[in-house]
Amino acid sequence: MAYLFEMQSLSASYDAATVLQNVNFKVSESDFIGVIGPNGGGKTTLLKIILGLLKPASGKLTFNNELLTEKSIGYLPQMSTGDINYPVTVRDIILSGLMIRKSIISGMSVNDKKKADMVIDELGLTGMANFTLNELSGGQMQRVFLGRAIIGDPKLLLLDEPGNFVDTTFENDFYEKLRDLNKRMAILMVSHDVGTISSHIKSFACVNRSLHYHPSNEITNEDLLAYGCPIQLVTHGEVPHTVLKYHQ
Amino acid sequence: MGANIFQYDFIIKGLLGAVFASITAGLAGTYVVSKRMVFLSGGITHASFGGIGIGYFIGINPVIGAAVFGIMSALGVEYLSVKQKIREDSAIGILWAFGMAIGIIFIYLTPGYTPNLMSYLFGSILTVTNADIIALGIMSVVLILYFGIFYRTILYISFDEVFARTYSSYVDIFKYITTSLIALTIVLNIRMAGVVLVISLLTIPPNIAMLFTKVYFRIVVWSVIAGFIGTATGYTISYFAGIPVGATIIFTLVIIWVLVKGVVYLVKKISKQKN
Repeated sequence: MAYLFEMQSLSASYDAATVLQNVNFKVSESDFIGVIGPNGGGKTTLLKIILGLLKPASGKLTFNNELLTEKSIGYLPQMSTGDINYPVTVRDIILSGLMIRKSIISGMSVNDKKKADMVIDELGLTGMANFTLNELSGGQMQRVFLGRAIIGDPKLLLLDEPGNFVDTTFENDFYEKLRDLNKRMAILMVSHDVGTISSHIKSFACVNRSLHYHPSNEITNEDLLAYGCPIQLVTHGEVPHTVLKYHQ
Repeated sequence: MGANIFQYDFIIKGLLGAVFASITAGLAGTYVVSKRMVFLSGGITHASFGGIGIGYFIGINPVIGAAVFGIMSALGVEYLSVKQKIREDSAIGILWAFGMAIGIIFIYLTPGYTPNLMSYLFGSILTVTNADIIALGIMSVVLILYFGIFYRTILYISFDEVFARTYSSYVDIFKYITTSLIALTIVLNIRMAGVVLVISLLTIPPNIAMLFTKVYFRIVVWSVIAGFIGTATGYTISYFAGIPVGATIIFTLVIIWVLVKGVVYLVKKISKQKN
């Protein structure tokens, strides 16, 4: 299976502090990988490296040529980045996902706008194209930002703590949607909320300065469900710690 | 009473001034209000007064001094808060008062004729020169081209800078250019509206527009229209009543805001009753 990108003995640091060390990691076309680990362990840094926002301190990051030339990465950041009171409509926010392939002077074509309306329908936001974010619920906002991430039909979708959007009623729909999307694109999801997401995740990467990759057979959904009560996962690293399964 | 040449010239100047002021303030103001930069813009305005004082002291056009000070203080706030880790609002507060202090000191040190402070603080149409009007006209064209050509890029950087950085390496350049253009817009509007009142010329029109539309582009258009009605009306009242023009413009704009707010409220109430 064709890989999308590969990290070879990659390290990353901010000023003097090393955040990631000697990471070897490979993501392939139909992967759905959950990236878990403690706060400050380097999960978001891993995404920043992939997005090109941070240069590796050492080591190598190689992208599949196709991924690179088509600029085919979708990104759903943590909730806090956009101003929800900004006067910009749902359709315009979703369209901004196309800017990655456009020049700084481009406008949006009729086809781009049609594409945005298709995404709006696909994500169950029909009739809200001209709404602003402050008129939407948390779950609806999350879908808008997901729309921005997928409008360009990326080969790789990066999600940073999508569980932070709250709205438990929509949570199931959201993960169902991700499973659908996983048929067309690889997904790399940073989350501390392992319990809820685990049924769709195919494999895990534990990140705490170093990265340990667990193929699907190691932590399966069946393993988690077998207990029928809150369970704990232990992650690796210099500071061993536990991850709690979602519970009421 | 027939209009003499003086009055004719005065009316043309006022009309053009109102058109260009509302275009520049509408474009810059929508950006400032949307991005919550009102306090920063207030700081830029007052800091530029230092440039006016130095301009008088060394005998150059005070507007040039103000422009240099305005842009430097806009970039200075960014530098102090990002590089020197001073809280942004404190940095603005410091530059705000420091600029005013420099302005006052140099105006008092200027030998001979001292300019009328009131006209700079509260605006005066009598001191607006043809060169000022031409400069505002050029600024209108520059802003229309800038926001027109880079509309999506500017909108998306301003809405979500973090996300914009994932696809563009031009984020900082655009931020600096836009902030500098806003500083220039403010400085060029100081002659008419005055240091103390010019910020309202930028902030009230977009807030009038936001009462009935939420689309960025429409806010710009309605801001320009509301700004023109406000400046032209204020200008006329100022002329006949002999009150400083800046004050009458701001007063008129606030009245428009209240009226539009009332109309929007009534329309909503009536449409609710119909349902």
